[in-house]
Amino acid sequence: MALYVVQFLTGLANASSLFLAACGLSVIFGVTRIVNFAHGAFYMLGAYVAYSLTQRLEGGLGFWAGILVAAAVVALVGALLEMSLLRRIYRAPELFQLLATFGVTLMVEDLVHLIWGPQDLVGPRAPGLDGAVTVLGLPVPTYDLLLIVLGPLVLGALWLLMHRTRWGVLVRAATEDRDMVAALGVNQKWLFTGVFTLGIFLAAFGGALQIPRTAVTHQMDLSIIAEVFVVVVIGGLGSITGAFLAAVLIAELNAFGILVLPGISLVLMFLVMAVVLVIRPWGFLGKPIQTGVKTIGEATRPWRPWSPATSVLVAAAILLAALMPLLLGSYGLSVGAQILIAVVFAVSLQFQMSTGGLDSFGHAAYFGLGAYGAALAVEWSGLPMEAALLVGPLAGLAGALVFGWFCVRLSGVYFAMLTLAFAQITWSVAFQWVEVTGGDNGILGVWPSDWASSPAAFYWLTLAVAVVCVLVLRHLVFSPFGYRLRAVRDSTVRAEAIGISRQRTQYVAFAVSGTAAGLAGALFAFLKGSIFPDVLSIPTSIDALVMVLLGGVATVSGSVVGAIVYTMASIWLMSATDLSRLVLGAVIVFLVVAFPQGIVGSLAGLVAGPLERWRRPAGAARPVALPAEGRQ
Amino acid sequence: MTNALLEVEHLSKSYGGVHAVEDVSFRLFAGEMLALIGPNGAGKSTCFNMVGGQIPVGAGRIRITGRDTIGLSPRQIFRLGVGRTFQVAQVFKSMTVRENVETVFASRDGGLGFLGRAGSAHRTAAEEVLALTGMAEFAKRPCADMAYGDVKRLELAMALANDPKLLLMDEPAAGMAPLERVELMALTARIARERQIGVLFTEHDMDVVFAHADRMMVLNRGRLIAEGAPETVRRDPQVRAVYLGEGLVYDQAAAARRADA
Amino acid sequence: MSAASAKLEVAALNSFYGPVQILFDVGFSVGRGEVVALLGRNGAGKSTTFKSLMGLVDRREGAIRFEAEDIARLPTYEIARRGLGYVPEDRRVFAELTVEENLEVGRQPARGDAATWTPERLYALFPNLAEMRRRPGGQMSGGEQQMLTISRTLMGNPSLVLLDEPSEGLAPKIIEQMADAILAMKREGLSILLSEQNLHFARLISDRAYILEKGRIRFSGTVAELEANTAVRDQYLAV
Repeated sequence: MALYVVQFLTGLANASSLFLAACGLSVIFGVTRIVNFAHGAFYMLGAYVAYSLTQRLEGGLGFWAGILVAAAVVALVGALLEMSLLRRIYRAPELFQLLATFGVTLMVEDLVHLIWGPQDLVGPRAPGLDGAVTVLGLPVPTYDLLLIVLGPLVLGALWLLMHRTRWGVLVRAATEDRDMVAALGVNQKWLFTGVFTLGIFLAAFGGALQIPRTAVTHQMDLSIIAEVFVVVVIGGLGSITGAFLAAVLIAELNAFGILVLPGISLVLMFLVMAVVLVIRPWGFLGKPIQTGVKTIGEATRPWRPWSPATSVLVAAAILLAALMPLLLGSYGLSVGAQILIAVVFAVSLQFQMSTGGLDSFGHAAYFGLGAYGAALAVEWSGLPMEAALLVGPLAGLAGALVFGWFCVRLSGVYFAMLTLAFAQITWSVAFQWVEVTGGDNGILGVWPSDWASSPAAFYWLTLAVAVVCVLVLRHLVFSPFGYRLRAVRDSTVRAEAIGISRQRTQYVAFAVSGTAAGLAGALFAFLKGSIFPDVLSIPTSIDALVMVLLGGVATVSGSVVGAIVYTMASIWLMSATDLSRLVLGAVIVFLVVAFPQGIVGSLAGLVAGPLERWRRPAGAARPVALPAEGRQ
Repeated sequence: MTNALLEVEHLSKSYGGVHAVEDVSFRLFAGEMLALIGPNGAGKSTCFNMVGGQIPVGAGRIRITGRDTIGLSPRQIFRLGVGRTFQVAQVFKSMTVRENVETVFASRDGGLGFLGRAGSAHRTAAEEVLALTGMAEFAKRPCADMAYGDVKRLELAMALANDPKLLLMDEPAAGMAPLERVELMALTARIARERQIGVLFTEHDMDVVFAHADRMMVLNRGRLIAEGAPETVRRDPQVRAVYLGEGLVYDQAAAARRADA
Repeated sequence: MSAASAKLEVAALNSFYGPVQILFDVGFSVGRGEVVALLGRNGAGKSTTFKSLMGLVDRREGAIRFEAEDIARLPTYEIARRGLGYVPEDRRVFAELTVEENLEVGRQPARGDAATWTPERLYALFPNLAEMRRRPGGQMSGGEQQMLTISRTLMGNPSLVLLDEPSEGLAPKIIEQMADAILAMKREGLSILLSEQNLHFARLISDRAYILEKGRIRFSGTVAELEANTAVRDQYLAV
């Protein structure tokens, strides 16, 4: 009995920490509609800065001053970020906002590495609170009791701020309609900066409060962000109280899950999230969000199958690619094969995103499942490459069928966050289930069959797969299924009213996309000869997103170009600098700010604008009079 | 009298204890234009969306061509032969006009629909529907380039592609210029008569209602307060009190003329 | 209307959404205490004109003089603070906020040149609102929301109010009440620019009218002149 009570208290303390990290994200999302991926990075920064300050400041007062000053300093950095970056992308599609803030995360990771070095740091205990209180004969850290009180206090303070001050009323109004708030004479720029700063302060405060409890590490950002996403999704985006309830639920589940079966906590979190979202698709206290800016649809000109001339060009390009083994050595061919695998991976995501309008932030899951599926087929069942190349896509398909069943119930940013959470869970399983996956050591010795073992043969194999994949996915865009999928993307209400099921259609698209990604993953395993958990990590998902973004979201197969450019650039970057994350992060941020429609899309837009004006003489120009918002 | 196309009996719906629709009953016959009017928040949309399947029915029953539709999804109701248009036109903006209509046909293809091209398979059928609504010349135009009035007509074409027996139109005239309103409603009325389609529509523009409705119903606070021929309803003192007012802001003379004709 | 006494003067206004031009050389004026109607069909550019005045379009060119000051380059909130009140077409009431909170968002300091509004004065003008001070905006009827959105704008003590299609989607009876309220605002000395498709409604309240068609001004004159000019009415407003 006593054990349960103590576990319960530990759970509450963890809930407070989780709540502090999560509520800031929710507040920021509520007003700015930005899902701040960098929230975890600021949480981590809060911990690092607090570590440094508490090393210098003495005594109880010094400790607490250190925590608060750390949060304030990081909040200031957040304010600067908001003013310099986020202000430029508030009108961009949510996917780009996620990408840009992810780019910031990458940059912070390298900066932390530069400033604080690679090693884990252990902070001081809180003076006066470093003991334990005995509860029913068992010790409970005094610091935990403080946290238990702190969570509800912060919740109450936020509620008062939002409901009892003019600033809070303005914030809530801006949450609903920012333009209208500006039209009523409120300078919303500062409102947004204020909200973002508050959110970052809370994140950094949450991080700083962790230093007496756990070591300060480089993994804090991504490990907390996945949990925070889960909490915020369960609680309902934008709802502070919802975040609190969800944090308590998740933390208690973890606390008791450990008693039942260590290591089950992640699965539990997953199950709970799944159950909650099936019952309440917008979380405990969330509301359906009108996703204002949609990437596709409005921006897209009608897609057409290739004209004969284009078909000839494409055939020529394929022929040219097939002749590469005559020109390149084995390193060149292995780079070539890697590029072709990236092409398959990218078009699989593009099919889901461009045609389906489903912005996935966890596409690595299906790539990784394909890779592990193939590798395990070789290692455990001794299957040959030919069979393993079937097992890979089937593993991707299976994963997509399971995860997709939940994901397609949601849409927009909820969908993106859920896909990310599933990918993180898959990653954790690969990382922790050492008996099967070899954990961090990976699976080695995944080699192709003899006939495909020469660099040229393997290159041709990947080329054949890539060509077939691109053609099949392209064909699907113009098939009856493709029409239905685009219909659902453009107008779900209309699609449902003409007999098209949104969920079913998107589910099939998700499965197709997962299968193709699995195929890419399987090829990747054979290209590298080994496989490690990092194929399932967030950066792999981001790679795919950036390739699609580069190619242009509003195109059918632009990501082929995106994949080629991006893979070559990143291979070069890896060899050229140690600070690859800093550079990559900066590049992503730059791309999002400079090319909000994707590179191909933006270029097409530059050409299309004058063309449009030329085609339709000014006098005849008709406004596109589709009202942006529905009226009730 | 033939059997009614649409029979609504004792339909009710409440949200958090507030009755949005209370005990509404009516019938609609083939070839008839029935207008549902009333102040904002009177329950028109709720009523309408329950018939279309977008909102689950609270209590009561709805039968379309004799089939009970309680619990059916919009997709299943569509398959019973129900077309609908929305207050804010809902079309597929990334497609051409013809592709929009082709999609309606593609939705009925069985299986996963991975094989074949949707465009070539349904071209002729789509062009027939476009011709019917006078949209043939726009077939290849991107939907995003169309004027709003034409988008509304496209929506009508999509609703008609299913060869419906019942057409549900939520504020068909909203957001259109007066002349376009008249054209669209005249077109709808003509097609409805020719094909014996029953049309249920909500509308705020009284000029449109008085010009085209065969019969009208007035909802107020979720209840049906009047039902009958337009002229009868227009003279109803209760309707004047809660909805029509003094008649300063619509064309009374025209409404009266039609009643005399 | 001479330029000197004009409250608002717009000349050669061109507006764009992305690459698409919506307004072409639009020019008009609103005098002190005047009610001016901007008529035209949907898509003619009426809402875009209002959004251009408030700085809510992608790009605009031309001169917008309010109280003789050029406001064409100011950000939206600065324009509002100068005394230009905007009531949008789709009402855009804050659904989660109560009536009182909606009014609070609109509150701005009193201004020397315009009537000063308080919630109490607005409740007197729109008695319906007084009975639902704590009701969230989302739980109000369309007519009540229209009254709230006008009240919310008046809380900023504007001297010129832009009313975008105030009768759209309202019951005829409510439209009649709206006309009374607009005339009451006029008696307070406010200048009003409204856009309308309902000519019946516009002529109840307006002094002058402009007709906008495909982004250009096609007619300007008094309401009486518009009444007399059946050719113009048939061409642009034909019912």
